[in-house]
Amino acid sequence: MLSIYTRRRIINFFNLTASMLAMAFGLFWLAWILFTLVQKGLGGISIALFTQMTPPPGSAGGLLNAIAGSAVMATLATLIGTPIGIMAGTYLAEFGQRGWLAPTTRFINDILLSAPSIVIGLFIYTVYVAKVGHFSGWAGILALSLIVIPVVVRTTEDMLRLVPDSLREAAAALGAPQWKVVTLVTWRASKAGMVTGVLLAVARISGETAPLLFTALNNQFWSADMNKPMANLPVVIFQFAMSPYEDWQKLAWAGALLITIGVLGLNIAARIMFRKNSSLN
Amino acid sequence: MSKSLSSATTNRHYLFDRIFRYTTLLFAFLVFALLAGIIASLIIGSIPAIKEFGIGFVYSAEWNPVTEKFGALVPIVGTLVTSIIALAIGIPVSFGIALFLTEMSPPWLRRPLGTAIELLAGIPSIIYGMWGLFVFAPVFAEYVQPWLKATFGDSQLIGFLFEGAPMGIGILTAGIILAIMVIPFIAAVMRDVFEIVPPLLKESAYGLGATTWEVAWNVVLPYTKIGVVGGIMLGLGRALGETMAVTFVIGNAHKLHTSLFMPGNSIASALANEFTEADGELYTSSLIELGLILFFITFVVLASSKILLSQLKKREGKVT
Repeated sequence: MLSIYTRRRIINFFNLTASMLAMAFGLFWLAWILFTLVQKGLGGISIALFTQMTPPPGSAGGLLNAIAGSAVMATLATLIGTPIGIMAGTYLAEFGQRGWLAPTTRFINDILLSAPSIVIGLFIYTVYVAKVGHFSGWAGILALSLIVIPVVVRTTEDMLRLVPDSLREAAAALGAPQWKVVTLVTWRASKAGMVTGVLLAVARISGETAPLLFTALNNQFWSADMNKPMANLPVVIFQFAMSPYEDWQKLAWAGALLITIGVLGLNIAARIMFRKNSSLN
Repeated sequence: MSKSLSSATTNRHYLFDRIFRYTTLLFAFLVFALLAGIIASLIIGSIPAIKEFGIGFVYSAEWNPVTEKFGALVPIVGTLVTSIIALAIGIPVSFGIALFLTEMSPPWLRRPLGTAIELLAGIPSIIYGMWGLFVFAPVFAEYVQPWLKATFGDSQLIGFLFEGAPMGIGILTAGIILAIMVIPFIAAVMRDVFEIVPPLLKESAYGLGATTWEVAWNVVLPYTKIGVVGGIMLGLGRALGETMAVTFVIGNAHKLHTSLFMPGNSIASALANEFTEADGELYTSSLIELGLILFFITFVVLASSKILLSQLKKREGKVT
């Protein structure tokens, strides 16, 4: 018969070991996925990847049009989504003390933040693609910018709330009108944090596939016309990976490695930036 | 003279203030309108399907583009089952990770380990899909599925869950991959709420001779109960709407099976696979109604998560 003390010690030991194993379990998947990407993707990384178009099956090629398309769409989506997100976030943090709009918007924004991105794609499809009658780069950009907005709203509000009120009061006491207080004092004080938010948003949209499936679709060729379907890395990876052709699959793995390095790099950059900022405060 | 000038300046600033405030308000309202727009457009888009099938859409298992008979039961069940599997695996693991990070890990390891787990959330879902299909599924079919079958297959109670050939892809695989994807979300919330437990409470329990586990289970967990449930709901919301990873591994079959080894379908993967190929108003409209159902389910789940987490925040304010 075990004493109560021993039993408690054993339970404790057992459960803490399980907790450690859970940690190892989580890290195991990360390591396995990253290992797979390097193993299968590294072989496909070459100069041709960045200089040639996506090939038809059976011939050599690269991902240039997909990379360029993704870059253009991510950039424009960020340019559209960021100002909207910053303004809305500013309202929530600076002017939203009274009334129903701010709490409701905050609530809705948090839901949009985790809402299924494929539904965003459906939304743009029904209000834009179906009306215009064809898939286009602009539709993809719109869908992506709708994903950027909630991320930027959230980080902007959080960052502005970190700015001490005494700073605002000091500026107001010097006679600064509110718009100057916000633009010249609080925005400036939380600049690094807001940039972090934008970086996180870019990271988020760079890997998004689902909302592009029925908006930008894909394009086998180089296209700078935003009104045409546009090549982009995630959808190309999807199509090539699901194809039976070995050279397409190889390109898909190379693209997957590229995208993961990009997204994880952005994530880490955002973290370092935020840490620097918060250690200053 | 100088007096009137300064009052003009004041007026101008007053005007700017108003313009600035209303501009920000406009954009905040835009976020609000966005949600209304999404809901409205999905409802309008699904009107033909709603008219044709009525409420039967939700419980009909038929999905036949040729005869234009559509029912959402298979994707709804697939979505729910994969998410439940994800939570069944994800919750205990996330709890373990959060416990490790808050109570056991040496301080210098906390940040790198926490970041590593959060990076799991950063990996794009299409990568999970590719990895799941080409790397995980073969390993799963080769080693894990035969073992599951041998161990539980003869059981009267749950044997039916593990019938059929071990193909690697199917509902169970999708659930496991979803579990890996939601772990970082749930673990991050759990860690954050565990950290708000006042040290005084924990130290009192330690002072009475409680073990680390007893402190975690009897002090930390009850104190943060609401937040933990909120985090789980957040993870559930993610799992329900996850598209690409599931599309790769679920098998995309519009059939109901009791076995978890069999291919199935989820709402999001049905949309991803069929939407661009759908011809005919009714087909498209049925798919949009699927999207509406998905949005409705995730909305309810995420809204309850948000409400639970905000309740915890309120209480936190009172205690400290």
